[in-house]
Amino acid sequence: MGGSGSRLSKELLAEYQVRGTPVPGEFARGPALASGVPGRAAGRVRPPGGPLNPSRFAFQELTFLTKQEILLAHKRFCELLPQEHRSVEESLQIRVSLEQILSLPELKANPFKERICRVFSTSPARDSLSFEDFLDLLSVFSDTATPDIKSHYAFRIFDFDDDGTLNREDLSQLVNCLTGQGEDTRLSASEMKQLIDNILEESDIDRDGTINLSEFQHVISRSPDFASSFKIVL
Amino acid sequence: MAQPLTFVLSVPETPEDHGPEPSPYDESEVHDSFYQLIQEQSQWVAEEGLELQQREPGPPETPGSGHQTLLGPEDPLVHSTATLRILASMPSRTIEKRFLLVKELQGLPVAQRDHVLRGMPLGLAEKRCLREESRTLTRKRRGRRGRRGLLPCCGRLRDACVLALHSLGLGLLSGLHALMPWRYALKRIGGQFGSSVLSYFLFLKTLLAFNALLLLPLLAFLVGVQAAFPPPASPGAVPAFTGLELLTGAGRFTHTVMYYGYYSNTTLNQPCVPPLDGGQCSREADGLPYNMPLAYLFTVGVAFFITCITLVYSMSHSFGESYRVGSTAGVHAVTVFCSWDHKVTQKRASRVQHDNIRTHLKELLAEWQLRQVPRSLCGRLRQVAVLGLVWLLCLGTALGCTVAVYAFSELMIKSPVSTEQEGALLALPTVVCVLNLGAPYLYRCLAALERHDSPVLEVYVAICRNLILKMVILGILCYHWLGRRVGVLKEQCWENFVGQELYRLMVLDFIFVLLDTLFGELVWRLISEKKLKREKPEFDIAGNVLELIYGQTLTWLGVLFSPLLPAIQIIKLLCLFYIKKTSLMANCQAPRRPWLASHMSTVFVSLLCFPSFLGAAVFLCYAVWQVRPSSTCGPFRTLDTMYEAGKVWVRRLEQAGPSVSWVPWIHRYLVENTFPVYLVSALLLAVIYLNIQVVKGQRRVMYLLKEQISNEGEDKIFLINKLHSVYERKERRAGRTQEAEQLAGDLDTW
Repeated sequence: MGGSGSRLSKELLAEYQVRGTPVPGEFARGPALASGVPGRAAGRVRPPGGPLNPSRFAFQELTFLTKQEILLAHKRFCELLPQEHRSVEESLQIRVSLEQILSLPELKANPFKERICRVFSTSPARDSLSFEDFLDLLSVFSDTATPDIKSHYAFRIFDFDDDGTLNREDLSQLVNCLTGQGEDTRLSASEMKQLIDNILEESDIDRDGTINLSEFQHVISRSPDFASSFKIVL
Repeated sequence: MAQPLTFVLSVPETPEDHGPEPSPYDESEVHDSFYQLIQEQSQWVAEEGLELQQREPGPPETPGSGHQTLLGPEDPLVHSTATLRILASMPSRTIEKRFLLVKELQGLPVAQRDHVLRGMPLGLAEKRCLREESRTLTRKRRGRRGRRGLLPCCGRLRDACVLALHSLGLGLLSGLHALMPWRYALKRIGGQFGSSVLSYFLFLKTLLAFNALLLLPLLAFLVGVQAAFPPPASPGAVPAFTGLELLTGAGRFTHTVMYYGYYSNTTLNQPCVPPLDGGQCSREADGLPYNMPLAYLFTVGVAFFITCITLVYSMSHSFGESYRVGSTAGVHAVTVFCSWDHKVTQKRASRVQHDNIRTHLKELLAEWQLRQVPRSLCGRLRQVAVLGLVWLLCLGTALGCTVAVYAFSELMIKSPVSTEQEGALLALPTVVCVLNLGAPYLYRCLAALERHDSPVLEVYVAICRNLILKMVILGILCYHWLGRRVGVLKEQCWENFVGQELYRLMVLDFIFVLLDTLFGELVWRLISEKKLKREKPEFDIAGNVLELIYGQTLTWLGVLFSPLLPAIQIIKLLCLFYIKKTSLMANCQAPRRPWLASHMSTVFVSLLCFPSFLGAAVFLCYAVWQVRPSSTCGPFRTLDTMYEAGKVWVRRLEQAGPSVSWVPWIHRYLVENTFPVYLVSALLLAVIYLNIQVVKGQRRVMYLLKEQISNEGEDKIFLINKLHSVYERKERRAGRTQEAEQLAGDLDTW
């Protein structure tokens, strides 16, 4: 069954024929895998055996990662999979649960780790990441990503209720994430209110009580440190 | 029962409306439809009795049904959910539409297409779809146009070239990336201590690059050549190697390629003139003649010039990255949005970051409170008095140190050192190093007396004071060398002496930094953990960076007299990296003060350029132009000033013929004439003035735009409130008419 990817698969097929490379065969969903949801439509090509070739899937052209970084990411991703599912083709289709991704040492100490994983997850319930989602994550957090794209995703990460703006609840949750999770580390209620008032005073230009993406990006553009602090390196 | 009204926004559907969300291209349509809506509703209010028209549910971008709450004009800030959703879905939010995207992508060449795709905030799968769609559409379009002979070929060739260059560039970049030294070490430091401590180590790497850049021409054109053609051996026995040479730089090292005195003042490898009696030349003259004095002058000059250009470029680049117009405002928002460093990966470091951010936020709030309540006149006077007193004490300390160094140097002149007591030569450098190390501790104690409003200002003030101290001491030493030593060492090689002094200063500075690391960090940590039960000591970023700048200044001062000094500085920096890294990991914690890492990097590079490099350049120019070189050693033995070597060469070129006459012309009219200097200064001032005016203009424009946006926001809220009130009135009227009808019907049935 071609599934929902049939139109795209046909185009990919056409492209292979134009390029003269041999057609990789039937497009089929991978066998139902125990530890994950079967992967999504686009790009479901059965790759040839052997190590991952990033240029085959346009990873290098469509992300900000270098070839070495992509291969390293693939290696680390495969380490999260059970032993029997570590082949190249399965690793590209399988999805890893949120808990496993959160166990990565680069994310373990990050207070925004759950939000980060939820923003980059493309599954309907937003509770699992495929390899492409993982690459998206690393690409946005990489060295060469533009400040524009970093600020866009930072906005989505800080938007705790996913409504497209940062309102007072989002801001107070954000501040609580920053100051630490313990009861004694939080700011007092009056300090929190004062802080959020100040933040809205400084960044809410159209005075609607919330911060939208443009206002957020304007605030970020004033800080030259943002791009260097919004980085995760494997 | 009146049904809850769905307050919907009717956006006229465009034929290409594939996506579920409006795009910026629809903005004018939405504004128009808004206006239209208000006009219609106002008309209905005016003509009472019109039936309510139920609007059809519009395209899915409209907000869902929200029950209307009673909104009075006195409560403009409490918006209903519907209002919020309208505001949230206004096209000023940046949302893209797929079809327009694909069309846009087609218009671009292939390499740029990938670049644009990369910068889009979409998932990989969607990006791949877009890529494929734009490719198929382009192919279809190309197919429709038919063959045009040469043009598709050219286009394909151009695309192939662009792709090849692109992949070559990427390959080079990845190769360079892999070559970067210390990548893993820097990642560990950043992960454990954050970006601020990392900036120190990155600055160290930058200095290594500068020294390597300085060393290469010196090695190639001076040291290598002179080592290949050694001068005739000097009379007298060569002293034996004792270990003291490593510290003093004298003794065995004096007559080596390390110092100025070794270099010959003749033309090396000159084709020999056959003697007048017609005999043969004893040597094969097949090499290039190499004028050593000229080479010495030019190489040092060109190396300095390249360093100057690189410094100014990196300073302006770093300044451009870190300075933003209006960046001082909005500090709360910037702190909350930008201060979490995602590079930190260790749990303990993460906790430290939490604490730092919390402290910083509390400090910001406290500062803000203070500013709301203006300080009394008495308090301000007291603060100014304390500030003035502390500054006076610090400057007095600097003056005292200077006088001490001067007195000691005069003492050293009066009691000359014989060759057996070379260890006594270390006395003056030791005194200088002790003062350089001790005075900053005194400054730190004095700074505890004054209380600044902002902690960042404290750091800048501390850096300023330490810098003044170091530069003043170096200034007095330069006077001591060029002013006094030249006179005293008339028949000996004073350049060698100056070179050796600088070597001694560098080596002793390194030893004292090691001692300071040992006692300041290791021993202090042991004491503070065992006895005082306090946390680990903080890594003093400002002090360490100033040490690096001081060491680099010494190198630049000494390059003219000791061409191998950059090599020693490179070895010193390499050792310093590993020692500081080990000490940091073992003994220190990250600083508690908030550090704007990029601002500090700019400050460091500017400090490297302005007092440090400029001072060294002034010293060099004075030494080359005004001081008489010693007559017994070095490449400028027979000349009045070092610069004369260049003048002699230009005069020789004048006589050489018309083909090279432009060089003497340039020399006479551009270098020796003062008019071009004035012209260049005037141009520079004009450029600076223009830039200041442009920045002022930008600030004004930003202010006006912000006002405009805030006014528009108020307009939006006003209009939405008005629409709410209109609908409510209609609802109430509809309810009343329904009741009236019901009542009439009941009466009828009666």
